[in-house]
Amino acid sequence: MLNGREKKAVGVETIGMTMRFGAFTALDDVSLKVPAGSFHALLGENGAGKSTLVKCMMGFYRATSGDMLVEGREVKIASPKDASALGLGMVYQHFTLVQSLTSAENLVISREGVPRVIDWRKERADLARFMETMPFELPLDVPVSTLAAGEKQKLEIVKQLYLGRSFLVLDEPTSVLTPGEAQEVLGFVRAMTVAGDVTVLMISHKFPEVKAFADDFTVLRKGKVTGTGRVAEHDRKVMAAMMIGDQPIATLDSRAPVTRDARPVLTVRTLKAPDRTGLKTIEIQDLSVRSGEIVGIAGISGNGQKEFLEVLAGQRQRDAGEVLVKGAPYRASRVEAQTLNVRFIPEEPLRNACAPKMTVAENMSFRNFDLDTSGKPVNWINGRVIKAFAAGLVEQFKVKTASLSSPIESLSGGNVQRAVLARELTGDVDLLIVSNPCFGLDFSAVAEIRARIMEARNAGAAVLLMSEDLDELLELSDRIFVMSDGALVYETPIAMASVQTIGEHMAGHH
Amino acid sequence: MEQTDLGLWGVPLAILGGAIRVSTPFIFVSLGEAITERSGRINLGLEGVLVFGAMTAYAVAVLTGSPWLGVLAASASGACFGLFHGWICKFPKVNDIAIGIALMLLGSGLAFFFGKPFIQPSAPDLPAIPFGLWSNSSQVQAALNINILFLIGAALAVFLWWAFKNTRAGLIVRVVGDSSDAARAMGINPNTVRLLATAIGSALAAIGGAYLSLYYPGSWNEGISSGQGLMAVALVIFARWNPLGCFAAALLFGGAGALGPALQSVGVTQGYYLFYAAPYILTLLIMIATSSPGRALAGAPGVLSITK
Repeated sequence: MLNGREKKAVGVETIGMTMRFGAFTALDDVSLKVPAGSFHALLGENGAGKSTLVKCMMGFYRATSGDMLVEGREVKIASPKDASALGLGMVYQHFTLVQSLTSAENLVISREGVPRVIDWRKERADLARFMETMPFELPLDVPVSTLAAGEKQKLEIVKQLYLGRSFLVLDEPTSVLTPGEAQEVLGFVRAMTVAGDVTVLMISHKFPEVKAFADDFTVLRKGKVTGTGRVAEHDRKVMAAMMIGDQPIATLDSRAPVTRDARPVLTVRTLKAPDRTGLKTIEIQDLSVRSGEIVGIAGISGNGQKEFLEVLAGQRQRDAGEVLVKGAPYRASRVEAQTLNVRFIPEEPLRNACAPKMTVAENMSFRNFDLDTSGKPVNWINGRVIKAFAAGLVEQFKVKTASLSSPIESLSGGNVQRAVLARELTGDVDLLIVSNPCFGLDFSAVAEIRARIMEARNAGAAVLLMSEDLDELLELSDRIFVMSDGALVYETPIAMASVQTIGEHMAGHH
Repeated sequence: MEQTDLGLWGVPLAILGGAIRVSTPFIFVSLGEAITERSGRINLGLEGVLVFGAMTAYAVAVLTGSPWLGVLAASASGACFGLFHGWICKFPKVNDIAIGIALMLLGSGLAFFFGKPFIQPSAPDLPAIPFGLWSNSSQVQAALNINILFLIGAALAVFLWWAFKNTRAGLIVRVVGDSSDAARAMGINPNTVRLLATAIGSALAAIGGAYLSLYYPGSWNEGISSGQGLMAVALVIFARWNPLGCFAAALLFGGAGALGPALQSVGVTQGYYLFYAAPYILTLLIMIATSSPGRALAGAPGVLSITK
């Protein structure tokens, strides 16, 4: 049963894979060759057909035409079961682990032929023996919900190996990981391929990780292969060009200088609040953000950034301290946000800034659906005005939606983010609070969203930006703070910022 | 036999005896609901199932003269109700809570309809084991006269607690309750698992009803249930979906319910009826004490509609 290490890596090939959904061709004659024991990166923008291709390979979709070879032999894969029988496994972007079960329970229940009554002594011994062959340790006896994102991702991969898979598809495996976790997980996967234990096909749109870990790459655009080759022989620019074709990429406005006497818009003093566990507190001694500047907050996830943001957004109670916006106390009520022009772009916008089942138009008018054009409250809400308002924003911010009346949850992640951005950046913005705005978005969406934030800054908004992506902070911020263990431990103006020093403070060496 | 008066010691003893007597239906209903909710569905219809089970058990016991056949028939009728609930809920856009409420009314209504002829005749009682024979105090004997269903319920709680961790079926129920997608990815059909879990849960609830009509109070009438089926649903949440917790919560609830009669028996006449409200007040206080505005309910099955 535990033959993950006995089976050797297999090579997989698709020949002329084509997939049509009605009149729409999602995959057009895609041939892809992944030799045994190699690490292959599949690049492409959202909607380029990467997911469709791997779903055809894993048996979730039946390709319209095309063949699939495993170890050079033609195979028919009609269902995910067939795929797993051939040793093909997939690690999804969203975790498929069962949160309330322990790691050990997750592993055991997922394998075939579990006995009716589980002999935990035997299973535990088997698992311990299996884990000895892994390069890292995982806590097996705690519920999965208590694991960090990196540990969950490792467990997903370990699960596939435990099930004896010899070809793994990783769907954007690092999109929920911090840079450190991503390095560790991919390093582990890389080592497995080098040892010849497993073959990997990784969907990604992050060039640094592709450059660092993959052997070969294939690029898809609009369902067609636009390029393939050795990673070492191509540089980033060439790959980016294959990915996005000749469409223009949004560029950042040049940075307008911060005026010396710019007034502080957001002031936070001696703020105290409990963290998620209720065991620790976060404390922000003194933070001010001035008009026309972007203040970045760096930190490894779980150091209190999320809680700080929740306090500012009114999602979390504070124990002490004050938050002032333009000198007035701010408690995140709707009236205060309206009069003080405070806007908010939280992470996971679908969960934190939208009502998922309400329509795109309704969601985009949350800030002003009950106001008339002069800002006075109205008694009757006018659906036509809401639709016209939303239609304007959809046009202006290029939100791709089937209709204004679709539920917003039917939009892709990037388009939800655009819709929220459109809502929050329309009208007068004096304070903009942003958290991880580009999480899991593709290349051109990222560039565009960053450009919009910079635009708001240049128009005089004070921007507080929290991000786990250090490159993003370095690109956008005027000043950077590091948050560690619930407190701001380091501050640097962008001109003097060094990745080295910031990294050290993030890791808690201060 | 010589009578010894236990004085005030009679109160805790009466509470213990009362706890065991009153808690048995709670144990069965809450264990049944724990199984159903662990699979990701709420069955609020257990109140109706309980009443119908009480009627079925009584009627079959009257007709056959065997209380155990009555219990068996009750659990079969309960399973039918559960299958009905599970079958309707598999359709998209059907809300399990709404179906549960409909089932609650249907179960009670059907029970009253079919049960009319059985209000008069008397059925044989379920047996009890007299653990108190060593004592010559009638109060001790009364308190320790423990019915067999209580013992079965206790054993069942321990078994379920073990089974949720150590059997394939237990793990599968938990997987389905936590994430339908994860279950489908493993090749498990969540609807089938929930159907069976609801059927088993309802069968247990109906046994709780059989206890009411065949042991305590031991007769069939339309007012036989005082909301045990609904309170048990609250008990499951209070017990955090843990079978051992359900057992303890049921005992606690039973004990609080026995407070009023116990005080009355030692001659407290002033305001004792206030103590009849003790279980409800106790539940409210414990719920408030153990909940927190900042924390999600620990241990709640992920797909349960009350936790979404």
